[in-house]
Amino acid sequence: MLEKIVFKDKLDGLLDKLGREYGLFAPVKDGIHTVWTAVFKAGDLDWNFTNTDLSPKGFLFPQTECMLVFENDPGSTEGMILKQPEPEDRPKALFNIRPCDAKAFAVLDLVFEQDPEKPDVYWKEKRGKTLLLGLACNNPCPACFCTSVNCGPHHTDGLDILMQDLGDRLLLTPVSPRAEGFISDLDHASEKDIKLASELEQKAVGMIKGRVNMENIQAGSIIDVFEHSAWERLHESCINCGTCTFYCPTCHCFDIQDETSGVYGRRVRNWDTCMSPLFTLHASGHNPRGGKLARFRQRFMHKFKYMPFRLKGALGCVGCGRCTQKCPVNIDVRHVVNKINNN
Amino acid sequence: MQELIKQIRDSARQLLEEGKVHCVIGYRQGSIPMRAQPYFAYTPEEADNLTWSCFCTHNLAKYLIGRKEPSAIVAQGCVTRNIAGLIQENQVKRENIFILGLNSPGMIDHRRVQARLPGKIIHEVLEVSDHLVISGPGFEEKFLKRDVKRDNCYTCTNRNPVIYDQLIGEKGEETGGGNIDKVAAPWEGLGSDERWKRFQETFKECIRCYACRDACPLCYCRECFVDESRPQWCGKTVDESDVYAFHILRAFHCAGRCTDCGACESACPVGIKMRRLTSKIEKDIREMYGFTPGLDTEAIPPLSVYRPDDSEEFMRK
Ligand code: SF4
Ligand code: SF4
Ligand code: SF4
Ligand code: SF4
Repeated sequence: MLEKIVFKDKLDGLLDKLGREYGLFAPVKDGIHTVWTAVFKAGDLDWNFTNTDLSPKGFLFPQTECMLVFENDPGSTEGMILKQPEPEDRPKALFNIRPCDAKAFAVLDLVFEQDPEKPDVYWKEKRGKTLLLGLACNNPCPACFCTSVNCGPHHTDGLDILMQDLGDRLLLTPVSPRAEGFISDLDHASEKDIKLASELEQKAVGMIKGRVNMENIQAGSIIDVFEHSAWERLHESCINCGTCTFYCPTCHCFDIQDETSGVYGRRVRNWDTCMSPLFTLHASGHNPRGGKLARFRQRFMHKFKYMPFRLKGALGCVGCGRCTQKCPVNIDVRHVVNKINNN
Repeated sequence: MQELIKQIRDSARQLLEEGKVHCVIGYRQGSIPMRAQPYFAYTPEEADNLTWSCFCTHNLAKYLIGRKEPSAIVAQGCVTRNIAGLIQENQVKRENIFILGLNSPGMIDHRRVQARLPGKIIHEVLEVSDHLVISGPGFEEKFLKRDVKRDNCYTCTNRNPVIYDQLIGEKGEETGGGNIDKVAAPWEGLGSDERWKRFQETFKECIRCYACRDACPLCYCRECFVDESRPQWCGKTVDESDVYAFHILRAFHCAGRCTDCGACESACPVGIKMRRLTSKIEKDIREMYGFTPGLDTEAIPPLSVYRPDDSEEFMRK
């Protein structure tokens, strides 16, 4: 039996142990927002949040990330100098990460490490060092639909440890081997607590009313889905901002820029968004996704058709509902997918 | 409210039946609490999806830009002012639009509602006359609407439509009651260090999603300065200097044109109060030029004028 139990007011031992190796971060409320914040002791933790506003993807894929610094002084005998930026000093542990966000990391692994010979080194370096201690959802929010998209409120994909909240105590289940050492000295969980956790899971699953259906999207040809007549009406109110893509835990497009000042410079990559016309603008002036409809369609096609097609069925959506909540014009991903699924 | 919704639907249905317009731009019920979705009704049947509430925070004037077919639009005070501005700037043809004007009830800031219910998951919010009834797992609360309005709606100067073809309901209170000049420039009296500090605090969390720009009916440049690459005016990172440059430039581009509709603040996913810049600029425009944007489809905004006899020498040369 692998499950362990720890009382919330006795968490300091575990946090200390983690803190010796990792910088600890957890969702904490800041006004009406819930944000990833550095935490040090059990008293810093919040047990009453739905999910963070911004997803944790920025820990492994920062919105602005320096890839290299360079110096190109024609007068110098050293020639052109390229240097790696200093790596982060301490690995991080994300405490109380929600299962959907951990699942999103697992999805992004498929993207950034799809070719094991040539992984995205910036992602891989941080991902390998980051420990994920997930907190299962007992009270899913109204925009969530994780159970329709290969995820669930108590799912373990991507996690190192799953923690289920039993009120005054947590049931801990190790998922990856590297997690076991941290919880080996905790008490074994009772059968009763294990049963209680699975009841909480059933209850949480039952609370998720949002559903998306994708059978026809999956079965149809790319061209049929692409040319679906519903895109026309669905895209109308979209203002083509980047909000949905920036908040999405699985959106991963970026743009690379060189910033120079005299002979010095740095290469940075920034989150980019398929909603922006600039995203696909060619140097010639031609834009293959010149219209709003084409850009709107791309976001959904990518998540629900191209990614599963390229990545052995993996969806580019984990059902967290952030895009629906943050969209200024309330475009609801569930509505869009269900409409496109009707043929 | 029910009466207004009925009138909007009836008028929209009639306009569509008679073929007077190709589409009616309004709102429909949102999919999550405290949201209304911009909606385009093309058939008399679709007119029945239209609704009206105190959650209609988006500025629908934005959707008139570039529309070729005659369209009707549901528009409260500020939105009609933006329509007037778009007519003046030749972006919209007056004869091409049919304005269903109505008095604004003052729109709700959903963040204010959430702020009063820390940690609560809101499942439903109903409008009951001048109250909101908010409920979720294990709670029900009742708030006065006027306590949870958007900042700009407290100081609104034109709740009634400025231009319209048909009035929905009746005209009502003209203002939100607050004194715009008192709150428009919260940093005006501060020293420059303190002002800089407030400015940084206000904007530092911006993620540059550009929802503020894309929601704003003033922002219709074919290529926005932040997207220009030859030359690139503005860096692309979320480093402070790039974020601040974006916001300062954006605010100046709105000068003398902004109607304080609040769509930018409502759209922002972070809750950034970017009106602290634009409302200060609009106050200056009122005080220096005696000009209020969007009251007249003919009036040229002061910063769009060039006069050979300008009193400033640098302008003449
Ligand atoms: S598409 Fe929306 S619901 Fe799906 S993972 Fe992204 S933000 Fe969450
Ligand atoms: S779907 Fe919503 S958040 Fe996404 S680009 Fe369109 S308006 Fe912005
Ligand atoms: S909407 Fe908010 S976060 Fe997005 S660019 Fe504007 S101020 Fe920044
Ligand atoms: S800047 Fe903001 S308040 Fe002013 S017109 Fe644009 S959206 Fe409205």
